[in-house]
Amino acid sequence: MEADAFAADSNMSTDAAPPYPWSGTLAEVHQPVEAAVCHQALPIKDVQLTPNLPTKLLLDKHRDYIVDYGTKKDDYEYAMAEHLRMNGIYWGLTVMDLMGQVNRLSREEILDFVQQCFHSDCGGFGASVGHDPHLLYTLSAIQILAIYDALDLINTDKVVSYIQSLQKDDGSFSGDKWGEIDTRFSFCAMNCLALLKRLDAIDVDKAVQYIMSCMNFDGGFGRRPGSETHSGQVYCCLGALSIAGKLHLVDADLLGWWLSERQLPSGGLNGRPEKMPDVCYSWWVLTSLKILGRLHWIDKESLVKFILACQDEETGGFSDRPGDMPDPFHTLFGIAGLSLLGDPDIQPVNPVFCMPQHVISRLHISHQLL
Amino acid sequence: MSDYSSEEDSASEWVMYKDKPEWADIKPIPQDEGPNPIICIAYSDKYKDVNDYLRALLHKNEISERALGLTKEAIYLNPANYTVWQYRRQLLKALNQDLQQELIFINDIIQSTSKNYQVWHHRQVIVELMKDGSKEKPFTEEIIAIDAKHYHAWQHRQWAMKEFGLWDDELSYVEKLLEDDIRNNSAWNQRYFVVKHTTGFSDPEIMKREIKYTLDAIAKAAHNESPWSYLRGLLGAKLGDEAVVKFCKELLKSGCISPHLMAFLVDVAEEEMESQPAARPALLQEAARLLDDLANEHDTIRRNYYEFIGQNLKAKYGSPGATGDCPS
Ligand SMILES: [Zn+2]
Repeated sequence: MEADAFAADSNMSTDAAPPYPWSGTLAEVHQPVEAAVCHQALPIKDVQLTPNLPTKLLLDKHRDYIVDYGTKKDDYEYAMAEHLRMNGIYWGLTVMDLMGQVNRLSREEILDFVQQCFHSDCGGFGASVGHDPHLLYTLSAIQILAIYDALDLINTDKVVSYIQSLQKDDGSFSGDKWGEIDTRFSFCAMNCLALLKRLDAIDVDKAVQYIMSCMNFDGGFGRRPGSETHSGQVYCCLGALSIAGKLHLVDADLLGWWLSERQLPSGGLNGRPEKMPDVCYSWWVLTSLKILGRLHWIDKESLVKFILACQDEETGGFSDRPGDMPDPFHTLFGIAGLSLLGDPDIQPVNPVFCMPQHVISRLHISHQLL
Repeated sequence: MSDYSSEEDSASEWVMYKDKPEWADIKPIPQDEGPNPIICIAYSDKYKDVNDYLRALLHKNEISERALGLTKEAIYLNPANYTVWQYRRQLLKALNQDLQQELIFINDIIQSTSKNYQVWHHRQVIVELMKDGSKEKPFTEEIIAIDAKHYHAWQHRQWAMKEFGLWDDELSYVEKLLEDDIRNNSAWNQRYFVVKHTTGFSDPEIMKREIKYTLDAIAKAAHNESPWSYLRGLLGAKLGDEAVVKFCKELLKSGCISPHLMAFLVDVAEEEMESQPAARPALLQEAARLLDDLANEHDTIRRNYYEFIGQNLKAKYGSPGATGDCPS
């Protein structure tokens, strides 16, 4: 998706992540850090956390940043992000809820927008008013409605049949009727149906089979059978398996090890071997470990330090790496990551749905964690 | 307002569609943000102009050369607009356009925005229509030469290989990439992909060749994660291959302290504890020493992981009479 929005992300931005228009300049900070062990060690791709970077959580700044972001509608970046507006609202709303100030966003305006993006003929949602429907935006819309406890505003039966129509014979899902296949879409579909409590509408066994056909020799998952393991796809596939209650199909030790290997000396996590650390990948790896019951395998303290260093002290918000431009996407994943790591000032986040836990609890949505 | 001026319009004078006589029959449709607009975006004039006319054509579903031209402008302005790509495909088919030309246009777009999903999907659809995959390997090679781990390019290459049976010479391509950068994880993944879809791994000669290739790579850079993953993938449930274990033990003796090496030997030791109950105390001691070194010296960031593994091993094999199996 354009949205690195795997659940929005897809983010395979520097990676497979689409460079979604908000990412600002992704000037790759490439300061070699000596691995300092074996004579065979080459420099590791990583960043160096300098002493001037933030070390305390600036919650007030982040709240203001998100509230202001929605009002700065006159700039280029905002216009270019029109094609993932629905994702953007989900990111902003979720992170505001996690920061305990969901009331500062206008419920009425947001629900109005979501309803206007609904295609009542087919049951999907577009990214913005007048845009074609797509699974990525349909998921964000359902997440927004679920957070606001407003699912009754739309005809959910229509949404269910839309999602149903996107499943292929091999169990995979396409993102829209034009056909791109991706394990992200399997997750989007199952996530959506879980929120609507209508998993019965699709062939879950076949969906699981397709996901398992994307499992690689390193225990991870890629976009399609044979595609390289990527931590964003790992999160999507584990999320889908968790919703289906099929996590036992995964080699949790092998994959847990691969995920642990994503942590770099700076404390940050990368999306694939030999890639730079990034706040959004930190979330996908972290929550994957959480789903596998192996969160304790990585070094929490240094990861917290890395995430905090990605805050923008002036404007608020988090960026992908220290010193880059902040955006709502990385702000959500920075805050969600800190929540999983147990920050007492942030509301608990649900690792599978990337939504406030109180919403998932209220809706009594079941899923599996190891 | 913003600097939309992309390369293509600074060169020639840009004329707004609203000022072009040949478009006078079209009534542009401005963006409808609804009655309660939370998004009143001040778009650039050019962006607004192009998209207002695009909406008008989409509305009447016009099939024409000028519509095709307009989709091109809209894509240049924002390749993330997924609706416009679909419209363009519809036009290409209906107007029976030369798809070779379309490939050239795609090359152009991909050069400026290679991480965009739509453009790659578009290329796949066009190539499917042409039923000719002969350009796809050279095309992806150009991109991989610039970014060796380009996820979309690798994905597209794999698709074309499967679709058109383009398996020849792929292994030597992968080897060339690995010669350039032994840490290229995408190339290691591609190696697995090729072997799996051609010879498979069941022939012992193939296994031998793959193991040798991998061990040679490890010998060059023992800290490199990728060949270790590949090795585990090759060996599957039984890590304790004689040649591999001998190689690893010698590497360790030579003073190499790669965490991958040490963790691999811990897993080999666990396998042996399972199969040789008599040797358990010695094996356990050996594993504990490796884990201790890893946790406290060589890979401290993953200390919790190593401690967890160590405790598990002790619980499973440490007490006298422990079977390693479930006691009941
Ligand atoms: Zn990121």
